[in-house]
Amino acid sequence: MASPCHTNIALGAGLGLKPQHYEDAYAVVGDGTWFEVHPENYLVDGGPRLTWLEAIRARHPLSLHGVSLSLAADRDPDVVHLQRLKALIERVEPALVSEHLAWSAWGDHYHPDLLPFPRTQDALVRVAANISRSQDTLGRRIAIENPTHYLTIEGHDWSEGDFLREIVRRTGCGLLVDVNNVFVSAHNLSIDPVAYLNAIPSDAVMEIHLAGHSVDTNGALLIDSHDAAIADGVWRLYQCLIDRIGPCPTLIERDGKVPAFDVLLHERQRAQSLLDHGVSMEAMA
Amino acid sequence: MKATLASFQDAFVDALYGQAPHDSRVAALVGQPGFAVYRNTVFQGSVDALEANFPAVLRLVGEDWFRATAAEYVALSPPTEARLLHYGRNFPDFLAAFEPARPLPYLPSVARLDYLWVEAHVAPDAGHITVADLLGWPPQLLERATLRVHPSARWHWFANEPAYTIWRANREGVDVPDDLVWEGEGALLLRPLSNVVWQPLSIGACALLDACAGECDLESAAKRALECEPDMNLSECISMLLTVGAIAEIAMHDTTP
Repeated sequence: MASPCHTNIALGAGLGLKPQHYEDAYAVVGDGTWFEVHPENYLVDGGPRLTWLEAIRARHPLSLHGVSLSLAADRDPDVVHLQRLKALIERVEPALVSEHLAWSAWGDHYHPDLLPFPRTQDALVRVAANISRSQDTLGRRIAIENPTHYLTIEGHDWSEGDFLREIVRRTGCGLLVDVNNVFVSAHNLSIDPVAYLNAIPSDAVMEIHLAGHSVDTNGALLIDSHDAAIADGVWRLYQCLIDRIGPCPTLIERDGKVPAFDVLLHERQRAQSLLDHGVSMEAMA
Repeated sequence: MKATLASFQDAFVDALYGQAPHDSRVAALVGQPGFAVYRNTVFQGSVDALEANFPAVLRLVGEDWFRATAAEYVALSPPTEARLLHYGRNFPDFLAAFEPARPLPYLPSVARLDYLWVEAHVAPDAGHITVADLLGWPPQLLERATLRVHPSARWHWFANEPAYTIWRANREGVDVPDDLVWEGEGALLLRPLSNVVWQPLSIGACALLDACAGECDLESAAKRALECEPDMNLSECISMLLTVGAIAEIAMHDTTP
């Protein structure tokens, strides 16, 4: 099987798309730039959001990065939501579709966060079933993102690396490695981020995320806040990761204190340079 | 009780909303500093969504009052779906029953207009007809036809206060006019092209649109409008609705049995 990293190599480095940057994003010229959105913001019947998304998609590859499929909830994925997502996928034909190893919908409510769970054997069976059902409905492979951790939960049967490896094996899904999540979780749970990244099965990685984080008001925790420039430590981990697995589509996320588009393009260029360097090293090898 | 994934999730949600978690695994989490991160994110995500959906209310009451009130609403009515663009459908009703909002009796109506804007913003795209299209119909046929309202059109008559003028000023970020007359007002919000536009609407025009949306033919819709507003100029009103793009098509009822 060809590595998905190589099938998507044309994607290079991309940017999270914010509404205040629609015009800038539309005007970006080529060179492998792509954009990612949360599909939840576009699951509407019509209007300017969809019009903009389609206009930008006509010029650039697009990725749909879901936050609400709630794959780790102990229940089936919401059929209506999956059908809406499928319709959006058919409409914009994204290069990548991804979701999180987390839950957010429970009971009759949606709790807008990516909530944690004990990685038990039961959870593994449930998550794998939910991913398979989602992939079957959507008619495509999706990438699953490693979550950020703030809590020490008792009762895990699986390490996260083994859990991810096993859902890949059972469902054929891909992985989205969020390097900032690894950095933040490693700090908060006192684990070794390099060892964590080394346990990621490289063939499964379809996408990488980079983002900034902040320090909690108490100073004890790092928060995956997406409201700052990418930290040097995250860049170093990213370099380690692509040295090992090769170049892979990489997305710069910024959701709070969003700066001018040029500032984001500059961060994107830094990631692109590392990817280009990786390609040339690989070519020389 | 067996410690299942479901029992963990029941307990985690209870703990998020401040109730005692009936699962020892979750009880062990609540005391960790990281639990507050989830609680804050869940509440902030919902409050942020309300703030985005109710900008005129926000401007009227200020950030602190809004966020405190929104937090109470979130605790009572958490989002029921992931599309937070739709969150807050019953926020106007909540405000109407919310004791601290009593000094601002028009606040629920302003909230209702904010939510009509949301509905118009995400409604299906559709074309509209013009006065010329209407004039092409023979009058006898036309009075038995139905004007189909544009799918983005939202309208409401506020009997008790000049809700539209207050909403509009706050939506557009200007002062409420000094010569504000305290009387009922109606509003029409519509997305004929890319963006939502708004304008005042008379009580008769609101009744006309209500009747059209209820599948009445034009003759009975006109009758209802005139009952509400006997001195209205009906043809001028219909012409205005066509000109702004509020009518998507003229539909003939199937008369075959």
